[in-house]
Amino acid sequence: MTAMHAEPTANGETPAFYLKEEHHPEESTMLGFWIYIMSDCLIFAVLFATYAVLGRSYAAGPSPADLFELPTVAINTTMLLLSSITYGFAMLTMEKNNTKATLLWLGITALFGAAFVGLELNEFYHLILDGAGPQRSAFLSAFFTLVGTHGLHVTCGIIWIITLMVQVGKHGLIHENKRRLMCLSMFWHFLDVVWIGVFSFVYLMGVLG
Amino acid sequence: MSSNAHTPPTGGDHHGHDSHGHGGHEAAHGTFKSYMTGFVLSVILTVIPFWLVMAKVIDSPVTAAGIVMALGAVQIVVHMVYFLHMNTKSEGGWNALALTFTIVIVVIALSGSLWVMHNLNVNMAPMSPDMMRNMP
Repeated sequence: MTAMHAEPTANGETPAFYLKEEHHPEESTMLGFWIYIMSDCLIFAVLFATYAVLGRSYAAGPSPADLFELPTVAINTTMLLLSSITYGFAMLTMEKNNTKATLLWLGITALFGAAFVGLELNEFYHLILDGAGPQRSAFLSAFFTLVGTHGLHVTCGIIWIITLMVQVGKHGLIHENKRRLMCLSMFWHFLDVVWIGVFSFVYLMGVLG
Repeated sequence: MSSNAHTPPTGGDHHGHDSHGHGGHEAAHGTFKSYMTGFVLSVILTVIPFWLVMAKVIDSPVTAAGIVMALGAVQIVVHMVYFLHMNTKSEGGWNALALTFTIVIVVIALSGSLWVMHNLNVNMAPMSPDMMRNMP
């Protein structure tokens, strides 16, 4: 496109312009981050496969129906789902270059995420107190690994949200911060997708027996 | 190509690129309406399986498990479309290609693990109660 309007220079050579290509690294950040998300998806797939294989090896210990409390899981799911939509609102206000509203929605998202992690840690704590820790049976090892890895991801997401809130507060909604927020958006929504698998496959199907 | 021929290089190109970038952002972010659509669908698709299991609506666990997994799969698609803004055109199709590859690997890993481990269980020599007692 650009080369067409180039005038031949004095010595008759046509200079080549590659101005258009300079913006592409920005686009490839999103693609690269998507590839990362996909590789993370493979980690979770392996953990799901492990749980699927070991999920019924109770070693004469407690079964999912004995341990899981669905009301807590329902509240947890609600927290994560609400945090997804509030992150969506943060992205919408970011589009309008509204720094204060973006910070507010990011803060609310982080709070919902923290509530989720808090409830999950509380659940883990009570399981371990009841003697149903990760060392009790293969089922519990697989359960703690899968759900714990997801919780660890959410914790990292919260730290990332706080970091970006500081960045946005300091530098405003500059181009770089918008790109970072878009990457985090993918990460956060991806964690919600993984949680759908966890509550369907681990909790609900576990209680069904 | 030739339509750009007489525009000034910087102004014309810059504007062209900006509007292109903006269009891409719109597609990547979605709108208030699309987020709310995704949210409402997700709530419905979450409430139904929880209600099915907690209220013990269906007697057969196999049927209930099938419905729960099917609703979960639908909800994952809803999240992909409305929250992650997946479509076949984003990033020139590379997103969809990477996703397809991942799904293939995930299906192979999941079904392969279950198949192999099930086969092992079935073909394992039966244990006597004495062997069971002395298991590590």
